[in-house]
Amino acid sequence: MAAHLSYGRVNLNVLREAVRRELREFLDKCAGSKAIVWDEYLTGPFGLIAQYSLLKEHEVEKMFTLKGSRLPAADVKNIIFFVRPRLELMDIIAENVLSEDRRGPARDFHILFVPRRSLLCEQRLKDLGVLGSFIHREEYSLDLIPFDGDLLSMESEGAFKECYLESDQTSLYHAAKGLMTLQALYGTIPQIFGKGECARQVANMMIRMKREFTGSQNSIFPVFDNLLLLDRNVDLLSPLATQLTYEGLIDEIYGIQNSYVKLPPEKFAPKKQGDGGKDLPTEAKKLQLNSAEELYAEIRDKNFNAVGSVLSKKAKVISAAFEERHNAKTVGEIKQFVSQLPHMQAARGSLANHTSIAELIKDVTTSEDFFDKLTVEQEFMSGIDTDKVNSYIEDCIAQKHPLIKVLRLVCLQSVCNSGLKQKVLDYYKREILQTYGYEHILTLHNLEKAGLLKPQTGGRNNYPTIRKTLRLWMDDVNEQNPTDISYVYSGYAPLSVRLAQLLSRPGWRSIEEVLRILPGPHFEERQPLPTGLQKKRQPGENRVTLIFFLGGVTFAEIAALRFLSQLEDGGSRASRVGRCRPRPPSTCCSFCESCWPSCSSATRCSSGRCCWPVGPPTSWC
Amino acid sequence: MNRTKGDEEEYWNSSKFKAFTFDDEDDELSQLKESKRAVNSLRDFVDDDDEDDLERVSWTGEPVGRRTRPGSFQSLSDALSDTPAKSYAPELGRPKGEYRDYSNDWSPSDTVRRLRKGKVCSLERFRSLQDKIQLLEEAVSMHDGNVITAVLIFLKRTLSKEILFRELEVRQVALRHLIHFLKEIGDQKLLLDLFRFLDRTEELALSHYREHLNIQDPEKRKEFLKTCIGLPFSAEDSAHIQDHYTLLERQIIIEANDRHLELAGQTEVFRKHPRKASILNMPLVTTLFYSCFYHYTEAEGTFSSPVNLKKTFKIPDKQYVLTALAARAKLRAWHDVDALFTTKNWLGYTKKRAPIGFHRVVEILHKNSAPVQVLQEYVNLVEDVDTKLNLATKFKCHDVVIDTCRDLKDRQQLLAYRSKVDKGSAEEEKIDALLNSSQIRWKN
Repeated sequence: MAAHLSYGRVNLNVLREAVRRELREFLDKCAGSKAIVWDEYLTGPFGLIAQYSLLKEHEVEKMFTLKGSRLPAADVKNIIFFVRPRLELMDIIAENVLSEDRRGPARDFHILFVPRRSLLCEQRLKDLGVLGSFIHREEYSLDLIPFDGDLLSMESEGAFKECYLESDQTSLYHAAKGLMTLQALYGTIPQIFGKGECARQVANMMIRMKREFTGSQNSIFPVFDNLLLLDRNVDLLSPLATQLTYEGLIDEIYGIQNSYVKLPPEKFAPKKQGDGGKDLPTEAKKLQLNSAEELYAEIRDKNFNAVGSVLSKKAKVISAAFEERHNAKTVGEIKQFVSQLPHMQAARGSLANHTSIAELIKDVTTSEDFFDKLTVEQEFMSGIDTDKVNSYIEDCIAQKHPLIKVLRLVCLQSVCNSGLKQKVLDYYKREILQTYGYEHILTLHNLEKAGLLKPQTGGRNNYPTIRKTLRLWMDDVNEQNPTDISYVYSGYAPLSVRLAQLLSRPGWRSIEEVLRILPGPHFEERQPLPTGLQKKRQPGENRVTLIFFLGGVTFAEIAALRFLSQLEDGGSRASRVGRCRPRPPSTCCSFCESCWPSCSSATRCSSGRCCWPVGPPTSWC
Repeated sequence: MNRTKGDEEEYWNSSKFKAFTFDDEDDELSQLKESKRAVNSLRDFVDDDDEDDLERVSWTGEPVGRRTRPGSFQSLSDALSDTPAKSYAPELGRPKGEYRDYSNDWSPSDTVRRLRKGKVCSLERFRSLQDKIQLLEEAVSMHDGNVITAVLIFLKRTLSKEILFRELEVRQVALRHLIHFLKEIGDQKLLLDLFRFLDRTEELALSHYREHLNIQDPEKRKEFLKTCIGLPFSAEDSAHIQDHYTLLERQIIIEANDRHLELAGQTEVFRKHPRKASILNMPLVTTLFYSCFYHYTEAEGTFSSPVNLKKTFKIPDKQYVLTALAARAKLRAWHDVDALFTTKNWLGYTKKRAPIGFHRVVEILHKNSAPVQVLQEYVNLVEDVDTKLNLATKFKCHDVVIDTCRDLKDRQQLLAYRSKVDKGSAEEEKIDALLNSSQIRWKN
């Protein structure tokens, strides 16, 4: 079914099957025909583990999105709400249930909380007088969702904000739970490394949970050798810089949501003759992006500058293959050609799509402004002029470029200078408030609280030490045939991935000094295995490392990890299975209180805090 | 000593529930307690799910599963889970004997563990402050925000504000969860009390200020912002908040006035360029643009004049010029644009000066589709020759390109440019004349 999940070193279909089984079991509990009312946000993540056909097999006849007032009519016995545990959703559910009562035959209501039940929500339902109407109130712990052969995601866009801004560590608890599930399926992970406050807490929770489960000894032979837990705030630089891999740029420009991207339709109009070419499709083109698509798997992690040549080579190969038909003379040859046709046509479709996407991206990357922005970013990251007001940022504010862009740059400068000089910070603040509105005092405070923007304390800039020790900036980058992970940002080697690399060789002992400068503790824990399960390492055998980013990861970082994994595949070890929560820009974004024009009113939730429109990036984790 | 006693009294008086943990327990019961606890914790591991039915009570102590739907159909499973719930609902006046029931005697740590597993569990039996605090600490050590919040709600309900705050002050994790929770449910009043108690004045101020986002009516919002002015923000922020208030105050005046003018239809600029939106709640720079667009010539004394805005909000020269330029260019008021950059020195000579650099001026003018004659004048003022040449080429200011090449004595470039101008045009003639001139000593 989801073949691409089994391509990796760890067969993630096992996990997928496990979560599907749990879903089926719940559905069967509510006997009879059913309608599902969806918290719209959940349809994306659920789509990754189950298609409609699975639901249909279990008598799901209708699906609605959760909306106020009445439920649409449906002749079913059960109404099941699939929701996140959010207070505002409980109000809507109550409205649905209460208006349902006044008409027609009674039906059975159920709630499935994802990823878990919330006492607070049930209390709200009770206050609204509907709690008793639900027969089954259960939780579905969709903690880790298989994304790709080497990638899992929690798809919890709020995690970074919750952990670092609101100090709500519930998402860490879910992370620990997800890791326990993973260990139940793939064996106990013998070694745990970590860096950061959240990492420490997740490790503590895991150890505690393991103690509580002493009853059942895990008898599965461990698939993972190591686990590395990394706090997002150990490396705030990577999510602020512009990603320059193919996949990273798609995300930067269009946003990848639950592995789907929505693109402007014009470039994808069918170019058939006689079409008139007049009525262009108006609806966004939606594409799924994962390694199930051969071509995408090949180019996703390349630097964008290396994508063009691959595409043109592919084009030649495909047209040559189609030309083969002229050489097919015998019936056997023709038959063979025809049998290959579907595959060739799929390849051609895939090539056409990616050529169009590459063109769209190129329009952006070749623009003067993109170049200017990149120049400034790279200056900051290589340590040039980080301590004064930058004229490009000034210009961006004067021309009222999107606030998110301005904030990313200012935060990047702050991170690359271990905080801005008070005078510089005050200047930027003033300019931003006057241009974008005073209410962004709140936004700026949020950024400061999360450590993305801060005044320099003690007058010391530690960034140069970190940069040099970890070799974060590489002057000679080969974008076509990379030799180092720095190719993913055309010069900057993501700090997080460098830490992972150095952990594997030569070990963190060599960088103790830098680890002390970076926030939070670093640690190592061992989870003892019964002798029967201990691995006898064969020479040349690769080790599998699970890297867990607490607070999200960028596509460029994932690309860098995949690169390392390939690099070391011949060697002694490979790191794999990153855990992702896309999207950097969102970081700042989710911190913006109140809307500015580009944020439509639909994105505001009752708390008056602005969320990210499409789904959200924020997070990371 | 006296103080301690006072504190204690305060607790007993303010806690909703009177002590009865000590008095009610006879010796036999307290001896049994420990073994019961052991049994209970065993049970927790052994049969995880079945015991649910023993005590189906929510964490507020009310029975759950009661059907509120009038005359609704009760399914079998519903009826099953319903029955025990009712009989075990813990009420305040419950007979003492019921405490003997094992399932009602979970320790704080058992209770928290059950809550974490999503099971319903009564918290009401924890009456002493000590028990409640232990409950909280257990929850915190689990890191599960859901459970921490549940316990906090219970404490919030059963402890007096002062005691709750005092206990949380020394428990930072729980404190942060309470703050988050109060924000979530919008209990602004308790939140402000809390910040006041903790002496976290800046957060208090910000949290109060945030409220203005929920006020739609401009007058009310303005009044609210006024209440923010005295709050303990940092010095920098204080100035911004003051400005925020002053700005909205101005906008309200301008808006009323301009709506009137627009309706009256007597003013040309409003007739020709009807306003697209109200100016209320717009940022300062947008307001300045608006004022440069509709009220450019007004005297400094009026609230809506650009100069007045500039002075009141101490808008830097650069920002002012940029905004005024964009507004006047949009109206194609080239004369105003010219005046913006003209300065007179003390001898009365005029001189062109632009705090933002003339290359920026050119870009902005071009964006507003200024004619070549206007563009040309400012391209010529760009100091850096390369930039000048680039801009002139980009915006087709032929004369500037040609003159610059001549000044640079760059014959090759001029020759190359010849192909870019129209055949037989005046520019071509001019180039040819130069190329044929013997007066110039070309460098190439």
